[in-house]
Amino acid sequence: MKPAPFRYHLPATLQEALELLAELGDDAKVLAGGQSLLPMLGYRLTAPAHLVDIGGLSELRGWELDEAGLRIRAMARQREVELDPDIGLRFPILHAAIAHVAHAQIRNRGTVCGSVAHADPAAELPATMVALGATMVLERSGGRREVPAADFFQFHFTTAIETGELLTEVRIPSPRSGSTGTFLEISHRKGDFALVGVAATVVADGDRVAAARIVCAGVAPTPFVAVAAEQAVVGRVLDDATLLVAQYCASEGMSPTDDFHAEGAYRRQVAGVLVRRSLDVIRSQQGALSA
Amino acid sequence: MSQVETTATRHVGTSMRRREDHRLLIGAGKFLDDLDFGACYEAAVLRSPYPSARIRSIAVERARQAPGVVAVFTAADLGPILQDLPPKVTHPSLNRQPRYPIAVDAVRYVGEPVAVAVASNRWLAEDALELIEVDYDLRPGVGSTASALAEGAPLVHEASDTNVAVHIVQQSGDPDAALRTAPHVLRDTFVITRGGGHSMEGRAVAARYDRAASQLTVWDATQTPHYVRHMLAALYGMTEDEIRLIAPADIGGGFGPKAQFYGEEALIPWIAMHLGATVKWIEDRWESFISSTMERSQTHRMEIGFDDDGRILVLKDVFEHDQGAYCVGLQVPTITMSTLPGPYKIPNIHSELIACYTNMVPTSSLRGAGRPQAVAATERMVDRIAEHLGLEPSEVRRRNLIQADEFPYAVGLRFRDGSPLTYDSGDYPALLDGALERIDVPAFRTEQAIARREGRFLGLGIGMFVEGSGLGPFEGARVRLTNAGRILVTLAASPQGQGYETVYAQLAADAIGVDIEHVEVRHGDTSTIPFGQGTFASRVTATAGPAVHEACLRLRAELLAAGAVALGVDPDDVTLGGSSVSVAWAPERTVTLQDLAAVSNMGRHGMSVDPRMPVAIEATAYFKPLRAVYTSGIYAAVVDVDVETGMVEVVRSVLGHDCGVVLNPMIVDGQMYGAFAHGIGNALYEEAAYDEDGQPLATSYLDYPLPTAMEVPRPELFHVVSPSPLNSLGVKGAGEGGLIPVPAAIANAVEDALRPFGGRVNRLPLTPARVLAAIQGTTRQ
Amino acid sequence: MPEDPATSSGGCEVIELSFVVNGEPVTLSSDVRVSLAEILRRDLRLTGTHLGCEHGSCGACTVIVDGLAVRSCLMLAAQAQGADVETVEGLARGDELDDLQAAFREHHALQCGFCTSGFLMSLTARLREGPVVSEFQAREALSGNICRCTGYVGLVDAVLSLAADSGKEPLK
Ligand SMILES: Cc1cc2nc3c(=O)[nH]c(=O)nc-3n(C[C@H](O)[C@H](O)[C@H](O)COP(=O)(O)OP(=O)(O)OC[C@H]3O[C@@H](n4cnc5c(N)ncnc54)[C@H](O)[C@@H]3O)c2cc1C
Ligand code: FES
Ligand code: FES
Repeated sequence: MKPAPFRYHLPATLQEALELLAELGDDAKVLAGGQSLLPMLGYRLTAPAHLVDIGGLSELRGWELDEAGLRIRAMARQREVELDPDIGLRFPILHAAIAHVAHAQIRNRGTVCGSVAHADPAAELPATMVALGATMVLERSGGRREVPAADFFQFHFTTAIETGELLTEVRIPSPRSGSTGTFLEISHRKGDFALVGVAATVVADGDRVAAARIVCAGVAPTPFVAVAAEQAVVGRVLDDATLLVAQYCASEGMSPTDDFHAEGAYRRQVAGVLVRRSLDVIRSQQGALSA
Repeated sequence: MSQVETTATRHVGTSMRRREDHRLLIGAGKFLDDLDFGACYEAAVLRSPYPSARIRSIAVERARQAPGVVAVFTAADLGPILQDLPPKVTHPSLNRQPRYPIAVDAVRYVGEPVAVAVASNRWLAEDALELIEVDYDLRPGVGSTASALAEGAPLVHEASDTNVAVHIVQQSGDPDAALRTAPHVLRDTFVITRGGGHSMEGRAVAARYDRAASQLTVWDATQTPHYVRHMLAALYGMTEDEIRLIAPADIGGGFGPKAQFYGEEALIPWIAMHLGATVKWIEDRWESFISSTMERSQTHRMEIGFDDDGRILVLKDVFEHDQGAYCVGLQVPTITMSTLPGPYKIPNIHSELIACYTNMVPTSSLRGAGRPQAVAATERMVDRIAEHLGLEPSEVRRRNLIQADEFPYAVGLRFRDGSPLTYDSGDYPALLDGALERIDVPAFRTEQAIARREGRFLGLGIGMFVEGSGLGPFEGARVRLTNAGRILVTLAASPQGQGYETVYAQLAADAIGVDIEHVEVRHGDTSTIPFGQGTFASRVTATAGPAVHEACLRLRAELLAAGAVALGVDPDDVTLGGSSVSVAWAPERTVTLQDLAAVSNMGRHGMSVDPRMPVAIEATAYFKPLRAVYTSGIYAAVVDVDVETGMVEVVRSVLGHDCGVVLNPMIVDGQMYGAFAHGIGNALYEEAAYDEDGQPLATSYLDYPLPTAMEVPRPELFHVVSPSPLNSLGVKGAGEGGLIPVPAAIANAVEDALRPFGGRVNRLPLTPARVLAAIQGTTRQ
Repeated sequence: MPEDPATSSGGCEVIELSFVVNGEPVTLSSDVRVSLAEILRRDLRLTGTHLGCEHGSCGACTVIVDGLAVRSCLMLAAQAQGADVETVEGLARGDELDDLQAAFREHHALQCGFCTSGFLMSLTARLREGPVVSEFQAREALSGNICRCTGYVGLVDAVLSLAADSGKEPLK
């Protein structure tokens, strides 16, 4: 389980990093926290000729939290974000989702952006980013573009990031007032990737749901937006009947495949259950919504 | 009988803190890969990526030229040691197929060694593996016993016309007649899938050859150093004395897989001799997933006949056992055969084994060794009897248990050591009572009923077992007065966390009558004790224990005799205490053990000693158990099942155990807790899944969930003590009992919780998906 | 004869590294594909840090880097450039065990001992954040490490005993 040989680059500035990525093209991989990349190198599942370590770039550390929202830069570690009380207050769903990612020792190194870029279909953060309506900022040498989370995840382990591009920032807009959210999951053990996870956000207007975003992890190659469940709750009071309707239509259009951990049928069913339960959590958090 | 009374018992039976802990806590443990071998090559092994294939050719030239590579070996370079490695336990009717240290012309499981690269370090050795080109001719693989036995199945060994490795039947009474006449008969099929040992340290071997001394030294993280030395001597055509096998002082867990003999153990020392250099191979976790022996996969078809009161009249079980690609040993399935009857009086028994070759890693002993499977069939059926008759499962057990006054109890079958299956001692009703004192069944039923009305599903499950332990043929211990006047106890067996350095010091100090500070324990080095067997099957306490005891009593007699001569009094007039011998009626007249060593062990060059003076004070004893001793136990669990997601939470756990006399309660309890955690893994989490062709699907801990502190609850322990009459200490094995009943009891508890749905959980582990499928009446494989 | 393993690593680019280990500055050259764990074990012969899985799951390799518990198997040595690294060898004062180590011994929190240093380092970092006072907290604090021998009972008891001893004051 030793990595194949590679060349190691530690650029000192973002500019330098982007130039390196442009120059090295497909032969290079970005090294952020290394918590997914290093195991893959160890198993020799991948053997890039070059690693570009972005750990030295001070411009990519930390995050910005203001009225507009939260901008998480590429080297912000999962655990720093998790432990920040202001982020927890403004984005409880993000806090809840990160707490499900592995263990503290891994979150101490793993980055939020790395998890997003890695795009594991069973990972918590990609689904959470879709639920939060995040935007991915991609930079390349001499260029920059923004991709909405919903378009960013293309297939398992495949995103809109193109050769030469770096995900420099994940931008999460400030939640609308009256909005709340939660993240629930079923996994074999605490800290495992999700068998099924649900990231749900709801905006309340009085006692009714003005808008909802309900996204499932682990049920499709990319985060699955449970559109039918969203439609089932919008404009309604979150009473038990509404919750049940949301549960039963959550898996509409979802066709998870079987694997040795669980059949697709299991995932469909549990996704529905978690959708109902997350709405239940939301209505207990948001007094106005509890019918 | 017991001679422990020769001196006041001071250490045995107390929870002495462990001597090995200090070095481990400060990071100074001596695990194999922690040892400093100085200049040393490292080996990496190329492994088959296919479950079944013929090897057309292997091209190694590019690998041999790679940077840092000193040699690459394939079967073609290993002529002298391409010998069939014999199974550890065999049977006259075994369809024996050869197993070589490295694949010769075919591979039969993913992970089978195909070539070895030796380089100046592991990175370069792994680089070299990528340059080896193997031309495989793929064959269809066999990924389960069901497909092994299917009509027209591909043959795992083309030289055989069947995938059946062995077919054995044992009977007592007239089971077929009893099944015809029993008032009630129930049948069902129970499956336990594969699981691994997962010692945190993998396997490891290092070796060097000293030409001047004709001495091959092998370091091996093994549970059985003498067995490995014996295998190597036979393989290399060397005498035992030419091979020194050292199991390092610290071994990072064993649990069975490290008690087997593997191809790598044959290859690495030979390569070291061949290269005239030190070579080591450290199994990494990926290799461990695909090449360390596993266990558990069995399919039981059980029929049980009983009367209106729930008394068992007959038990018939026909089970398929997955032997893997080669037969490393038949211990596991033969133990299963004799574990089926458990603690119950069953007049008619039919126990039938069909072991199959499959294209998966060979199976062999793993903590519990065949017993959890047997218990997970019989104990499930006992609950079905209760369900059928509307009785409490504990009541059905009570009606069938062997009583405390019925020992020795002859079951009517044979144990795997060849001896009649005769339980030596026990008190099974006391175990059941102990559990029921702690879990009040009527109160639980009320709670369960209330919870159900609230949509919560609780269940209670019990599992009981009887475990043959303390197996032969023998175990040895050597005790010596060192020149420094200390007592050195040398064991043949090597521990993997069982605290031998502490427990055997306790035993020796008491038997000899010296202060424990003067006693040292060493183990696992064949150069210090010529014969031994090793640590497996919870056997050491019950075999090495009596051996240490016997040797210490002899040493004590010699020390007293020497002391008497030195003090000029009669042997009856001296006593031994602290670290000296003194005159009983004049305690100020004393001689230290160190002074005795100076006379008895070193002597004065060329001078005669007093003819009455014992010289060379040491004693070696081997204990040969007459037959196995039988540990027993019970586990009762309360679970809470989330019927919407299939998640199972174990909310209450009571574990009762009877391993006879306990030498160090803290260490025995620790063994129980550890085994229990493994049982939780087998019950709910761990599955070494394979696809139909034999491709392994779980090769990392992301796919093979080992339980953490969040998953393993704290069991409430209790002990029943039925000393064994078969050894001087009254001890029995304690390493596995905490595991054996756990999968069965949890499955019973889950099924109890699901009673309103009639859900059946017949396949372990009980993953959330399987539990949900049971609720919905669909079966998940 | 083979090279001395203390100076060998990989077969690709070599870089100069300096960092602090248990308070001592070290400087060495390392092949870039070598993990921090391997540097500690091979080059510095701090073999108390063990490798149980090399993919981040078992925790045997846990060390503290710049105050945070991390997997040293999932960190290139190059990523430790300039860092402050603490390993199990730095816990005891000479031959005297620190409180956590002593609690491990007292509560039989180890059997084979292979996992032990990882648990010690995870817990050392965790206890600096604040005391662990409930069984649930203890289990959570332990959950990033795997022990196959103990069933975790002794580990839980060891951690909780510290809270009891210290009158629930945070450690260090
Ligand atoms: C034992 C274990 C358990 C885990 N459990 C979970 C879990 O339960 N849930 C979960 O979600 N994750 C889990 N993870 C993965 C963890 O969250 C990783 O940290 C995360 O997936 C990757 O982040 P990283 O910073 O470590 O990225 P790296 O490992 O450095 O990189 C991952 C991939 O993303 C690319 N990449 C990283 N950053 C960028 C960037 N800024 N721009 C472009 N490409 C980039 C890399 O090139 C690489 O291909 C686990 C990991 C381990 C070892
Ligand atoms: S060796 Fe690093 S986590 Fe297992
Ligand atoms: S003590 Fe052996 S793995 Fe923990």
